[in-house]
Formats: sequence, C-alpha cells, structure tokens
Amino acid sequence: MWKSTPGTESKPISTPTTTPSMGSTPPPRPSIDPVRSKEFASEMAHIGKSVLIRGELSGSEDLYLDGEVEGNISLLEHNLTIGPNGRIRANVTAKDVVVHGKVDGNIQGYERVELKKSAVLTGDVSTQRIVIEDGAFFKGAIDIRKEGRSESKREMAAAAAAGHSGGMSAQRSLVETKFEPKG
Amino acid sequence: MAPDLLKFFRGSAASPQAASAAKGAARTQRSSSGLKEFSKSIGPESPKVILDLGPTSPTNLMRLTGMGHKVYNEDLLMGSLDSRYQVKGADGRLELSPTEFFKDSLVFEEGALDAVLAWDVPDYLPESLVKPMVDRLHRALKPGGVLLGFFHTREAGPEAPYHRYHITGSETLNI
Repeated sequence: MWKSTPGTESKPISTPTTTPSMGSTPPPRPSIDPVRSKEFASEMAHIGKSVLIRGELSGSEDLYLDGEVEGNISLLEHNLTIGPNGRIRANVTAKDVVVHGKVDGNIQGYERVELKKSAVLTGDVSTQRIVIEDGAFFKGAIDIRKEGRSESKREMAAAAAAGHSGGMSAQRSLVETKFEPKG
Repeated sequence: MAPDLLKFFRGSAASPQAASAAKGAARTQRSSSGLKEFSKSIGPESPKVILDLGPTSPTNLMRLTGMGHKVYNEDLLMGSLDSRYQVKGADGRLELSPTEFFKDSLVFEEGALDAVLAWDVPDYLPESLVKPMVDRLHRALKPGGVLLGFFHTREAGPEAPYHRYHITGSETLNI
C-alpha cells in the first residue's frame, strides 16, 4: 500500500513541449544509468502526514513514516524513520529506527535506535546501540542487548507483538522476559 | 522536609518556562559525594535496574546503559504538567489528580528496581504527589536498594532554578 512506485520515481522532471508522432520513430528507451539506479535502490517508501493506518504494517524496504499508525510496524531487515509529524501508537520492530515524532509503544531496533531532539517516546526500547539527542523526551526503559544473542529476529518480533502495551503498563514485564541475556 | 519549606520551590521555578531557562543556561560541573556512594552501590559487577526521575538526559542514559545497566526514565515533573491528569475540583477549577497521575506513572512491580536517581525532583513536584511517589519508590526498590536525592538545606526562594543533572563521572555531575 505504501510502497514507492518506480514508474513515478523515474519520470523526467521536464514535460515534452511537442507531441511525439505515432509510428515514425519509437520512443527512446530509458538508458540504464548505474549511478541513478543506485540512488533509486537507496530510496525509501514514504507515508505522508495525512495518512492514517490502523493494523499491521510490514514491509521489505526502508520506510519514512510521517503519518499516523495504530497497530504494529514490522520491518525486520530494514530501516524505519518516523518523521516529525509521525504519530505512532504501535510496537515497532526494524533494523534501525530513527524517531523525530511521537511514539507510544515499544521499539525493537535490531541494530540501532536514534531519538532525535524532537522525539517523544513513551515505551520501552531494546536495541544494540542507542543515540539520544538532547531535547528528546523519553518515558520507559532502555535495554541494551549484547550483539550475537541467539534469539532470531522473528522470535524478537513475535515477542514485541505479544508485548504491545501502548507504552508503560503492566505488560512490560512480558517483553523484558523475552530479552533476558543468556550466559 | 517541612511542607512550609517545600512551598517555596513548588509551582514557581518548576514551570516549563523556568525549566527551559535553566536548560539554556551554561552547565557547571560539581562533585557529589552522594553520587560517589550511588556509583559504588550500583557498581560494574552485575547489571542493575535503575530508574531516573529527572528530565531525559542522554548523558545519563548512554552512560548507564553503556555500563550494562537497564535504565528506566520517567520525568515526573514534566508528567505532572500533563492536562490528562487534571480533574475538576470541588470549586470547579482544574487540579492535579494523584489518582489519575499514578495510573500512568511509577508503574513498577514490587522490588523491580535496584536504584533510583531522584535528584531534587521531590522539591519541585506538586505536594500532593510527593508522599505517594515515595510510597511507590519504596515498594519498587529491592531491599538494600539505593536512592540518590538532593534536598535544599535552606530556603532557596521561588526563583530556585530546576536543574537537569548529567552524570559525567563516578562522582561528578554537570548541572
């Protein structure tokens, strides 16, 4: 639903001033530009600030989310950026999570979680590395996981989904139990 | 601490404006024997569960999590300003409801915490919240747990600024 549309991304900015004649010459094929292709590959899907999503949001590409989500967000191998207008009431699982907006829910960042100065997070964070800018508001727990634990990402995602508490609540202990260090 | 003394601190410098003014001020460094004892207690030997009641301090969170501890952060003073916890009083005016406030605040199981950084938050917190806060902290702390608190030893006046405390060493703070 929110995936980027390659067709629109690769359109030229300028519009033709003349109408091409039909049948005489074939339309030019877009040449494959390795630099452009690389840029395209690194682009992320974008959800605008007027979008409201209720339910499960999952994907296999990086996502910039500036809208509102209630439910769960799962991007197991990919990065999530919550824009300044983002309003999230959901548990979030992703590789890297960057928060500019507001989140009510737990965040599982498999590699890194970053709270920017405008971030307002009510919920627990579990990750390997965390960066918090001065000015960020945080209410919850931070649990730094050691690298190389045995839990698979899917197990962790399941744990996060099971522990959805909308922030601070008695259900917090369920999530913590899943991430106790082993050995 | 006597309630009469506490009233000088509450409801004045604890306003968001004063807090932001303090935030913009230059930081000063000071040593703290209380922090030294606190640091000894939490030690690096085994991961502890620590609650920081002050404003979100990246320095504290990064330092404590970097030492392997699990850290909770609850900015109680900022939380007490949330309009969700205001109810109409007998005179029809809005007032802070401790019952509503503690539905969302300091929700911990008994003995869940090893240590609490209370700083001087109790001096600035609305008075109706202080006793329930202490009760909850007492219940949440493990037997033998430690709490670091700072209290004004004399009347600091209504303009006493509300500080953020950043731990920079085992016995040093940036304020």
